[in-house]
Amino acid sequence: MAKFDLQEIKRQIVESQAWQSIFRHGYEDTPRNRILMVSGNIWLHLHPSKVQRHATRLRFTWCMGGITFLLFLVTVITGIYLMFYYRPTAEYAYADMKYLEFDMPFGMLMRNMHRWAAHGMVIAVWLHMFRVFMTGSYKPPREFNWVVGVILLVLTLLLSFTGYLLPWDQLSIWAVTVGSNMARATPLLGHEGPFHEVLGVNPIYDARAFLFGGSEIGPHTLLRFYILHCIFFPLLASLFMAVHFWRIRRDGISGPL
Amino acid sequence: MADATRGDVPAMKMQAAAGGGAAARVGSAPRPAPAAGKRIEVPIKKAGSGIEDKLHTWPFLVRSEFLMSVAVIVILAVWSLTINAPLEGPANTTRTPNPSKAPWYFLGLQEMLVFFDPWYAGVVLPSLVIVGLMLIPYLDINPKGNGYYTFRERKYEILTFLLGFQILWVSFIIIGTFFRGPGWNWFWPGQVWDPHLVESLTNVDLPYLFGFRDYTASALFGLSLIVAYYVVGYALFYLWVRARPANDPWSSFPGGGKELLEAWGPVRFGITAFLFLTMIGVFVKMALRHAFNIKYIMVTPWINI
Repeated sequence: MAKFDLQEIKRQIVESQAWQSIFRHGYEDTPRNRILMVSGNIWLHLHPSKVQRHATRLRFTWCMGGITFLLFLVTVITGIYLMFYYRPTAEYAYADMKYLEFDMPFGMLMRNMHRWAAHGMVIAVWLHMFRVFMTGSYKPPREFNWVVGVILLVLTLLLSFTGYLLPWDQLSIWAVTVGSNMARATPLLGHEGPFHEVLGVNPIYDARAFLFGGSEIGPHTLLRFYILHCIFFPLLASLFMAVHFWRIRRDGISGPL
Repeated sequence: MADATRGDVPAMKMQAAAGGGAAARVGSAPRPAPAAGKRIEVPIKKAGSGIEDKLHTWPFLVRSEFLMSVAVIVILAVWSLTINAPLEGPANTTRTPNPSKAPWYFLGLQEMLVFFDPWYAGVVLPSLVIVGLMLIPYLDINPKGNGYYTFRERKYEILTFLLGFQILWVSFIIIGTFFRGPGWNWFWPGQVWDPHLVESLTNVDLPYLFGFRDYTASALFGLSLIVAYYVVGYALFYLWVRARPANDPWSSFPGGGKELLEAWGPVRFGITAFLFLTMIGVFVKMALRHAFNIKYIMVTPWINI
């Protein structure tokens, strides 16, 4: 019987048409492969194939931008899981939270991870902004990427805020009520705001009603926040993230002259 | 070469590396050094070192990212296995809990409601914060401190940012989260929340304190106080910037405050001063409330500040 030759089996797999159609370069540690590993991979291609030495140092970047993105991905994945079991209607929403906790496999873990990752994302995005400020990385030519970053910061808060309502418990409904009540004080556009009579806004037709989908927080608000939370803001955030990352790719990471 | 754009890295590299000499090689006149205050294109790479101090992304950066991702996911998973996300009783629009708190990241704004009306604390102020943050790169014309940690070269920018971000935003969130109980009254951590606690509020409006009893007169007095705050504030800010000495080793403008003001221009100066004074205004209102129980500075039928 022929000897069981692992090297021969490996050679046959690696040289097969199927393998080579997927992996276009070898894995040996050569400079060429190191570059191809990045430039030939759509995900890693987010990076240039070479980076400045300081860009790999944790004490320069704090890794906070990357952690923000990672936590965003965690919320996307756990969020999809939660969407399978959650119905955004007043009759079912709260009960579905209980089902998630007691009936669904890993339901509570997914919900916990989703929530804590969301909170972590808010903190990470603030720390990221803080770091970028402290290294002066918003200075030319990167001014506009800072602006995009501020938009992403606002979107992160809006994502977290719209998600806050979805459990449909006392905590969520009143936190969102308190947060959204600000909208009725909007100058001109809110029915309790200054100069509200100019446009004739009223409790059922003002900035807060637009946010709530009605004069008071209710089932309509739940559906509205659900769609904003699961579709609109993630899409918007992804678009701005694409711009944000692309700009870093074009301008390079900031560094001392 | 004359139209070296930001994407044109090699051209910029050469320009930065050897000035006119390198530029002449590619056949055109060197670009004059940008005047202070002009938008400065910063070369992306460390210029003139000769040696490329670069690492391969794979494995050096990807390795750190991978390890960091694993660490974050592990911490998050352990955290999520041990601490459950909160879930209270089902939503009931007829039962308002006391206190009703916004999500923690908005508690800074809710805390502002102690000092300002909702239209200002909840709408105008946060909008100014967002716009002000976006404007930072356009207002800060200090060319130093681009891409490295330094306090010495940017002390005013950093101190202002710390004042707004750390002191105002973060400490207000901490106060709102841990120190506010029923009725939004102050409770120390560990202190029992007494829902029936009544704090005597003897707040008065500032014009009233000054003896104004007539509605129109007190409104005009309040308005003039706010206008005066900004006028005096602008003047002081201008004089202070102008008084910065020449050849200050900490400044990027060897000509001192005068040169900085010229480079800054009236629009940048005006917006910076407005945002800064508005931020300081929050502290002023807080101080007036705590020291003299002032409710409003200006009272009109439309807006109160």
